[in-house]
Amino acid sequence: MSVPHIPCLRFGEAYRSFNESEVNDYRDGSPKATLSQVNAGIIRRDLVQIGKAREALARFSTRELVDISAKAGDLFLNEDLPLGEGSMQSAQDYLETLSSTSGLPHVMVKRNMDKIHYALTHVELILNGLTRGINFDILDQGHGEQAGAPVCFYPTTDALGLVMPSNSPAVNSLWLPSIALKIPIIMKPGREEPWTPFRLIQAFIAAGCPKEAFGFYPTDHEGAGDILRLCDRALIFGDKSTTDLYAGDPGVQVHGPGFSKILIGDDEIENWPDYIDVMASSISDNGGRSCVNASAVIVPKYSKEIADALGKRLGPLKPLPVDDPEAVLSGFANPKMGEWIDAALDSDFEGSGASDATAPYRDGTRLVKAEGGTYLRPTIAHCESMEHPLSNREFLCPYASVVEVPQEDMLRAIGPTLVVTAITQDEGFKKQLLRASNVERLNIGPLSTMKISWDQPHEGNMFEFLYKRRSIGVAA
Amino acid sequence: MSIEEQTKKSAELLDSHTAEMIKWHFSPETGSSFWLDWAKEQDWNPLEEVSTFSDLCQKFPNFQDEWLRDLPNEVWVPQAYKGKPFNIFETGGTTGMPKQRIGWDDFRIDYTAFSETLNDEHFPRDHYWMMVGPTGPRRLRLAIEHLANERGCSCYFVDLDPRWVKRLIASKQFDQARAYMDHAVDQALTILKHRSVSALFTTPKLLEALAERKDLIRSGIKGVFCGGTTMDKQYARFLVEEVCEGGKIGFVPTYGNTLMGLARHHPIGPDNDYSIAYYAPQPRAVLRVIDPESNEPVEYDTWGRVELTTMTKEFFMPRFLERDEALRRKPWSEAPWDGVAEVRPFGAMEKNIVEGVY
Repeated sequence: MSVPHIPCLRFGEAYRSFNESEVNDYRDGSPKATLSQVNAGIIRRDLVQIGKAREALARFSTRELVDISAKAGDLFLNEDLPLGEGSMQSAQDYLETLSSTSGLPHVMVKRNMDKIHYALTHVELILNGLTRGINFDILDQGHGEQAGAPVCFYPTTDALGLVMPSNSPAVNSLWLPSIALKIPIIMKPGREEPWTPFRLIQAFIAAGCPKEAFGFYPTDHEGAGDILRLCDRALIFGDKSTTDLYAGDPGVQVHGPGFSKILIGDDEIENWPDYIDVMASSISDNGGRSCVNASAVIVPKYSKEIADALGKRLGPLKPLPVDDPEAVLSGFANPKMGEWIDAALDSDFEGSGASDATAPYRDGTRLVKAEGGTYLRPTIAHCESMEHPLSNREFLCPYASVVEVPQEDMLRAIGPTLVVTAITQDEGFKKQLLRASNVERLNIGPLSTMKISWDQPHEGNMFEFLYKRRSIGVAA
Repeated sequence: MSIEEQTKKSAELLDSHTAEMIKWHFSPETGSSFWLDWAKEQDWNPLEEVSTFSDLCQKFPNFQDEWLRDLPNEVWVPQAYKGKPFNIFETGGTTGMPKQRIGWDDFRIDYTAFSETLNDEHFPRDHYWMMVGPTGPRRLRLAIEHLANERGCSCYFVDLDPRWVKRLIASKQFDQARAYMDHAVDQALTILKHRSVSALFTTPKLLEALAERKDLIRSGIKGVFCGGTTMDKQYARFLVEEVCEGGKIGFVPTYGNTLMGLARHHPIGPDNDYSIAYYAPQPRAVLRVIDPESNEPVEYDTWGRVELTTMTKEFFMPRFLERDEALRRKPWSEAPWDGVAEVRPFGAMEKNIVEGVY
């Protein structure tokens, strides 16, 4: 079968560049698609005309776009959709191809597909959460009355810029509400994951969304920089260095490492064996690749015992065939990344203050070549304190530290944290948690850190990012 | 005449020109002290052993461009030019002591010849040009003015110092680099607003920036003469189809430098996938695409290192290895000798190179 070509999309129209990159199988490197790479000037020129994309979306009501989103969700999950020039892709093709280039087992790709489907078919619920119940008519008109008070909103940008990652398909769910909010997207897809955004765009178009709303620009560093610079609102995904680069820029929402954590209070610590399941799933679901995966377990005591129990649970996990429904580990699309993480972990374990609790239960090395690809087996680090460099790290694999910290010091010690699951019934501790300014999402009780609520934004509110409220007066 | 016959004829012309230049530069009455001294140190005599261009390629080693930086300019003065003040032109955008080439009339000869390749539709005579780009100590500044004058035009200038831009980029001061570029573009837009200009000479990036802020067609621009940085197929297509609106503005890419002069381009378009091939102003300058190990030209349409030989009465520079690589292209009826296509910095595919930012 010939290798499909995925073009750039300029206002939804395919544009084939002379410059192409390959999206390769994570196992043998064979090309699964070629991808048009465009120069930054193309993006800059299109942004000059972005008004026509806004106008195309403005012709629809929010209700219509919510319905189109739901239909797009069903098409995305089930139907054949265009892939590149003249070829079609079934849902199963998408699942298998994405698995073959990302290293995600089929079962995880399917879970990601289901998440995206849920998000698209529940845009109304999501908008309700984002806007705190603003009536759609008010969104369409730009002003109106809500709960007896006049309200007026204006868009902060003509386009939402997106510099996407390659690590997890479900991150695309973050931009989906933008379409119903009538803001076009200008996207640089992840170099190794064009599949999901391209399929989503095709699903939207097939569902009746105006194609002008979609800019899909595989591009270089300059192009990515221009998307961030020229779209008044943009999302970027990256590591801490990226986060630091855009910190303080109100136009750029940075999605970096989550450093999500599980905290157990003094009142529940004696019951720790009951919570091993929730800890293990928080650490290892989705291959440990999400920012909402727990990367630390903070406890007032029994840290060694808990680390050992997690080591015993996660240590034996090994790569399975991609189509095995029990598969929990993901291969690395870029094997060098796996090698780098393995070397970084080895280096940090060399000094004192931390030990590898998974090592006794892992037959063989952490880094393995299996199923034709490169994998990292889970790692639980028992750290003697939060001072140790491994205590608050995040890696693209199932990894977590287990650290003893007195309850009264926990919130100060954890630093900025995307999701905290706090296992406690202590009202005083709960109050402290509710007051904590360094926690984006708080789960109280034994809930997985992976559990998020679609009607409550856990990492920036897309509506408040794309719209601002202003005061308005209208003469009678 | 067939292209084969044309190619043969131009090769013969090149051989006779080579012989003439060897005689000029290695005769005590006309040659420069550098080449006369150099010849004394060799165990062979250029006057006796080089009578064709092929001989030159076999006998001469690669020209060392450090000589142009380290030696005083006087050593390059041919006897025939002694006592006549010369222009000093500098190359490149690097820091430290620059390489220099001296000259008298070469730039006029080169650019007068180049003028013949421009058409009057896109580069109308008796009007105004504007150059936006590196002026300063570069040969280009005088050359462009001469080219405009040659066509009955006068030229406005907006400077941009590439050495400063490269320093800003190297130290990751991207905002400053952008601000400096905006500063150059602002000045150019001011000229366009207040004066009538029909032809532009600029760099691709500055052209893009100008076009993003001003409708160049409505501003009266009819032709753009563009050079200085890498233009791959996609970028050339973008500049032609979008920035120059599919030919409404004539787009003339050039490849040149202080050491060579100006190479003309083969017309580009969808037929040849916008692959820009340049042809040196032979016989005054010769471009080969070679395998540096074997010193032999690579096969047509394959990649090799660009090698430049310049042979004028003012300057002799045999077999200088450029820092570029290119595809070797076949002779063309308008320039029946080898061309160099899709020129890019040598090793560009393997590493990031600070290039093409201005």
